[in-house]
Order: sequence, then structure tokens, then C-alpha cells
Amino acid sequence: MEEHHKETFVSKYIFSLDHKMIGKQFLITGMIMGLIGVMMSMLFRLELAYPEQSFPILEFFLGKWAPDGVMDPNMYLALVTIHGTIMVFFVLTAGLSGTFSNLLIPLQIGARDMASGFMNALSYWFFFVSSVIMVASLFVEAGPAAAGWTVYPPLSALPQAMPGSGMGMTLWLISMTLFIVSSLLGSLNYIVTVMNMRTKGMSMTRLPLTIWAFLTTAVLGVLSFPVLLSAALLLMFDRMLGTSFYLSDIFIGGEVLSYSGGSPVLYQHLFWFLGHPEVYIILLPALGISSEVIATNSRKPIFGYRAMVGSILAIAFLSFIVWGHHMFITGMNPFLGSVFTFTTLLIAIPSAVKAFNYITTLWKGNIQFTPAMLFSIGLVSTFVTGGLTGVILGDSALDINVHDTYFVVAHFHIVMGLSAIFGMFAGVYHWFPKMYGRMMNKSMGYAHFWLTFITAYGVFFPMHFLGMAGLPRRYYSNTAFPMFDNLADINILITYFAIIGGSAQLIFIFNFFYSIWRGPKATQNPWRANSLEWTTPVEHLHGNWPGDVPVVHRWAYDYSKPGAEEDFVPQNVPLAEGEESGH
Amino acid sequence: MSVISIIVLLVLVVLTIVQVMRISEISSEIQKGKDNEVTEKDNNTQGTLMLIVGFGFVISVIVMYIVWGRLSLPESASVHGSEIDSLWNLSMLIINIVFFIVQPILFYFAFKYRGKKGTKAVYYEHNNKLELFWTVVPALALAVLIIWGLNVWSTLMMPENEEEPILVEVYAQQFNWTVRYSGGDNVLGYATVHEIAGGNILGVDMKDPASIDDIIAKELHLPVGQPIKFLFRSQDVIHSAYFPHFRAQMNCVPGAITQFQFTPSITTAEIRQNKDVKDHVEEVNEIRKAKGEDVWDFNYILLCNKICGAAHYNMQMDIIVETEDEFNAWLKEQKTVAETL
Repeated sequence: MEEHHKETFVSKYIFSLDHKMIGKQFLITGMIMGLIGVMMSMLFRLELAYPEQSFPILEFFLGKWAPDGVMDPNMYLALVTIHGTIMVFFVLTAGLSGTFSNLLIPLQIGARDMASGFMNALSYWFFFVSSVIMVASLFVEAGPAAAGWTVYPPLSALPQAMPGSGMGMTLWLISMTLFIVSSLLGSLNYIVTVMNMRTKGMSMTRLPLTIWAFLTTAVLGVLSFPVLLSAALLLMFDRMLGTSFYLSDIFIGGEVLSYSGGSPVLYQHLFWFLGHPEVYIILLPALGISSEVIATNSRKPIFGYRAMVGSILAIAFLSFIVWGHHMFITGMNPFLGSVFTFTTLLIAIPSAVKAFNYITTLWKGNIQFTPAMLFSIGLVSTFVTGGLTGVILGDSALDINVHDTYFVVAHFHIVMGLSAIFGMFAGVYHWFPKMYGRMMNKSMGYAHFWLTFITAYGVFFPMHFLGMAGLPRRYYSNTAFPMFDNLADINILITYFAIIGGSAQLIFIFNFFYSIWRGPKATQNPWRANSLEWTTPVEHLHGNWPGDVPVVHRWAYDYSKPGAEEDFVPQNVPLAEGEESGH
Repeated sequence: MSVISIIVLLVLVVLTIVQVMRISEISSEIQKGKDNEVTEKDNNTQGTLMLIVGFGFVISVIVMYIVWGRLSLPESASVHGSEIDSLWNLSMLIINIVFFIVQPILFYFAFKYRGKKGTKAVYYEHNNKLELFWTVVPALALAVLIIWGLNVWSTLMMPENEEEPILVEVYAQQFNWTVRYSGGDNVLGYATVHEIAGGNILGVDMKDPASIDDIIAKELHLPVGQPIKFLFRSQDVIHSAYFPHFRAQMNCVPGAITQFQFTPSITTAEIRQNKDVKDHVEEVNEIRKAKGEDVWDFNYILLCNKICGAAHYNMQMDIIVETEDEFNAWLKEQKTVAETL
């Protein structure tokens, strides 16, 4: 076969065109970025627990930004900004979707590779360069971007407004531009591959839910990321060429600037037109992964497959018409606020369907508690907890009083951050044997899950109460307002949970790398799963299957089917006589 | 304090690493024999942990409500705010009902249906009635919330005024607030960043006759029971004027004027007698005394709630709600723009 050309080290591990290797490249890069992002959060949590106090460790990491160990307010804002950017885009978009879309789309639909291997590699390398620039921006003289991960102008547009809006912001914009290119190349490839390269018998209604999620995510990305690109470009023009898209009537640094006629709110519309679908770009792959993992390990079909697909599509559609709920108090027309409240609260319906269907899948199952299964159940819990507070925040009348408080921080970290990262962990534990041909250590997986699950809630649940006390987010210190003095203890508690939870991720990192080389050898189908990736040999080869591509005869969820001998029937097994496929 | 926390931090990190090493040692021993497969014993342990930790989480949420419930803001000090609070309470009730039903079921199912050798799961693919049920029930609950929510939203964003509201401008700059009262004519004089010079920090146009009687202040005084229409401006970056005690917030956007109206319903003197507020003040002052800081007395406060730069965390202004007479007396003491500029 043509695919079996001779491979050098460089063509195999570096400039690989093989989707499995590219998936692993996304994962490792995402993990490194994730470590940086989590470490940042531990640093600023330290500041929030003990505001304006001296810690040698801060000086060690931050140098001149923590003179005598006391964190500079600008550095605090820079840390929360880059933490947000890295976690949202680099870890939970590229690291999650990039890894698993690449690894699983060809394997689960029965294709030998992506539609365009070259475009796929290009997508990774744009992501890589984008990551390098983002990390490099941490080291510029005036500090990295610090205007919050949403980088609203004029704060992000004017170096006079804060030091981070100088060179650091320029690099942020360049990095994000490359990131968007990467995302578009990847997404187009995923869509084309799923639409055109499914093996014989793999109709859309037989696709595993992972693929439905990846496909929908890719469509969201293709439709929304270009809008962020335009927002970023216009911001660059304002910064570099003196245009006035977002700026008007500004007096700063003792002088009136010449900008006239622009609107900062325009930027917010453009940003959130991506920003809200982005939430689902992050979340849907995690939901897809957990659907697969929960069905496999409950040894049951996913409950309500069609409703699950329908709710993915409904959520995706609605995600495009809700962006204004981030902007209820920008002074936009109150009528618009009403429309966005209506559409936003509608999202709760498909979300509720998903949550109930997960739970019903567990019902009367024969649950195998692999680490992946634990994380998937954790995901259902956080998805419910975080989703419920969305009902409050999506209501414009209620949003007024908790907008930009810790209530919001709690909400989106639980529903999007935790759910997505749990989905990502579930994916890594579940498909590690497929990626590296070895098993990850089970006991370390258990320890990792329980520590993460408990500390994650320990960090984010108490934040609801901070928000209800009116505590705004992005405050370097809460000491300026005596009314918040009695919240100091909660902040200390949160910080302890954050440090323990952050450190617990070392277990995962250790387990991951240890298992790559020392883990026990995996069997071909260790979880006794139905989908096609487990019909490939353990040892990777270009083209995935040594012989013909398997033909599909059934959906991916024939677990514990009455009449079948085993409690699973892989998709490539022909229907028995008299058996109905139903899909 | 910081030394202790660093020691604790380091100890925790070391403990974690030691723990990791130990686990890996133990596990490598196990690996010799088996394939790292999930055994029935694992299912029992993990299933039981699901039950214990899951219910532990649900119970700890109840504990948090009991212990930290008092931290929430006191009763609303504005007329529309009590409507927001009622809607808030209903929404909280609904989401808590769902939370306390769904979470225990999730963890209980995980425990109850933990894998056992020799049992087979039930092949249960879908049930249209069930799915219709949990589509329609949330839809109905949401319909109530949406209709009521939109009702509250439109009354507070588009208020119908029986009497002319008092106009007050709230002006934001890095990193402080200034207010401008419209004076006897209740018209704010024209202002623009192009007029900012010297003491005229708000850029009030003195050629506009409406400007003459405007009053600029560094403390926001409001008469109780009177509708106040706030007009917000910013001169540099976006700020957000957050009045948590009044359930009010609006962004201050450079190049635009935004607005929000509310009617204060409780004076500062009255709210200081509120039991929740008294408890809060007492608690805070104990903390402050222990740290050797000044005694604090409750004041309504205006905060910046949109990231605006280094001192964002300290951009504030006191708000004093008083009787109409007190307010008028205070206003009379203030100098008009014509007098100061």
C-alpha cells in the first residue's frame, strides 16, 4: 500500500501527516499549556488568599513583577488574562478538540486518514507557533496582555491604559490570529472527513456520539472563529494604524486622543459572536467523549441516541443567537436583552435532556469504574451543577446584580471548565491504549479523579457565595472594601483547595508519561467497546487497518443486546439472522 | 503568616509527590500479575466512593447554604430591587430543587448499578414518553422564568415615570468616580472630553447655559423615594458602575452615554439598623479589630466591576441615601460648577 512509505524520525514524530500522531502532538502541547495555565492560577490564588503579602515563591516565578515577593497588580491581571486565554483556547479548544477529533474521526468512521493529512499537519504547526508566541509574550518588557481574556478595548487598545496593552497585547493578537488559522484548517478537515469518508454502512445515524460532537464542534468553529479573526484584525488596525473602529472620545494620560466615532461595544458583539459558540466548541467534544465512555462502561446503549444528537444540534444552533447575554449591561437596547434572555434560557432544555439521558444510561447498567468512567460521571455532575446557575445568569434581570462577580466565575468554571477538562481526562484514560498501545495505571487514575473531583468543587462551589455577597471578579485584592473583609476566610479555603487540586495533576502527568514507556501492554479492545477504532491493531500503522477498511452493520451502542453472546457487539459484526439493527 | 503558608504549600507538594511515588510502586507490583483491568473489587470500592463522596458533596452544599447564606447582600435598598430579589428567590428555588434531586440520583445510580460479575445490563435504548416528559417539564419551568424575567427586565429598563426623575451623571476614569448633579433646572450641561482642562475634569462645556448650576461631587447623595436617572460616562476605558445594594449595574462606555434608573427605598441610617447589616458590621469589625484596622460603619457603595487597569480593585465611591430634606440641605452646601470653575 502507498501509505507504507519509509518513515524517518522527523517524518514520523515531528512533521507527521498521520492523524494519530497529530492527535498526540495536540495532546502533549495542550498538556504543557495546561500546566502553565494551572500554575498561573495557583499563583494568583495565593495572592487572593493573602493579598499584598510577600511570598518568595512569587518573586521566584515572577521576578520584577513581584518585588520583595509581593505581586504587582498589573501582573495579577496579566496572570488571570493569560490563564483564561490558555485554558479556553490552547487547552480546551486545541488540546481537547484537536486531540480527539484527530485521533478518533478517521478511526471511528472507518477512514484511513483525514481528508487532507497536510492540512492537518499545518493545523498543528500553526497551533504550535501560536502557543510559542503566547508563551513568549509572558517575557516581554512591559508584561503580557492583561485586559482579561476577552481583551475588551479601549483597555486592550491603549498602552497608556495599562502596561500589558503594549507589546504583550500585540503578541496576544498575533498568537490568536495564528490560532484561528489553525482552528479553521482543522475544522474544515474534520467536516470534510466526516461527510465524505465514512466507511460502507456508516450512515449518519450509526455514528458514535463522539463523531456527532466533533462534527458539530467543527461547524461551530468554521462559522464563528472568522468573526473573532475580524475582531482581532480591527483591533490591530486601531492599535497600529490609528483607525477608530472601537475607540471614540478618549482622554487618557493628560491628552485627548484623536479617535472618533468608534464603539467599544462593537468589539464585544464581534468577540462574543465567537465567544459564546466557543463555550460549546469546548463543551461538546467533552459531552461526546463522555457519551461514548458512559455507554461503554455502563455496558448499555446510550439512552435516547436520537435525542442526544438532536440536543447537540439544538445547542449548537442556539449557541449562535445568545451571545448578547454577555452584554446585558453594556447599555445595548433593552429589547435586545429580552431576545437574548429568551434564547439563552431555551438552551436549558436540550441541556436538561442530555443530563437526564446520561443518568438513564446508568440506570440498570453494569457499571465498570474505569478512571475514564469516573471522570465522565464527574462531568455529568459538574454539567448539572454549573448548568443550573446558567438559568440565573441568562436571565437579564438577575444578571444585573451578579454580572462579573464571582458567581459568574463559579458558573463558567464548573459548567465549562470542569466539565470540559473532565471530558478531556476521560478521553485520555479511555483512548490511551489506542494512542500508545499501553494501559495507564488504574490506581493512580482513581487517586487523580477523587482528588480532582473533590478539590474542583472545593474551589468553585464556594465562589457562588462570594458572588452573592457582591464580590467582583478580577480584583487584585479585596481589602479595599471593608464589606468584603468577612470573605477572606473563604478565599483562603479556596486557595488551599486550588493548590491541592493543582498539585494532584502531577499524578496524572506522572501516570501519563510513565505509562507511555512502562505501562502494561494493551490488548486490542481493552474496554470491550463497539466502535471501529478498537478493530485496528494495537501497533499503529499508516492507514489504520492492515487489510480492507471494515464495513459497518450496526450502530455503536449494541451493548448487552438480548440474544448476543457477549455484552458487546462491535459495529463491524454483521447482523445475526433475524436480528434488527434499528439504526 | 506567609511563611507558614509557604511551608504548608511545600509540605503539600512534597506529600503529593510522595503519594504519587508510593502509588506507582504499589501499582507496579499489581501490574506484574494482572492487566490493570477493572475488577469487581474496584467496582465496589469506586461505586461506594461515588455514593459517599457524591452525597458528601450534596450535604456540604447544604452546610454551605447554612454557614455562608448570611454572606449574601442584605435586602434590596431600591424599589425595583425587591422585584429582582423575588425572581432570584424563585429561580434559586427551582434550580435547587433540580440540584437536590438530580445529583443524589446520579451518585446513587452509580453506586447501585456498579458492575457485578455475571450480571448483564438491561438493553434500554430509548423511551419517547420519558424523553418527552423531561423536555416538557423544564420547558414549562423555563417558560415561567422567562415570562416573569422579561417582565421585570422591561419594567426596570424602561420605567414609566409619574414624576420627573432626578438626573445624575456618574463619571468614570482610571481609577475613581465623580458625580454631577443637574442642579435646579434638572438638565445636565453638555460635556465632552475635548473640554477637559485644569479643574474641569469632567469636560463640562461652560458655554452651555444648562451647565451653570450643575454640581460636581465626590460622594453620591441620593434622596430616598425619588426616582434617580443615572447617566454614565467614561473618559478612558470601559468601567462598570456596580451598586450591589440597589441591584443596579451599568457599564460606562467611552464615546457613549448609558443610563439606568432606580428609586432608593431605604436610607443609610435605616439600613444600618437592619439586623443582617448589623450582624455583618459586627463580624467585619471583629476581623478588623484583630488586624488592628479602623472600625467600619456600613455605607452603600459604588464599585467598578469591569476590569479597567491596575487599581481596578480600589475604584469606589460612598453612596449616602437620606431624606429629601437632608438631601436638599446637602445639595445647597455644594458649590455649583460656575462657582468652582
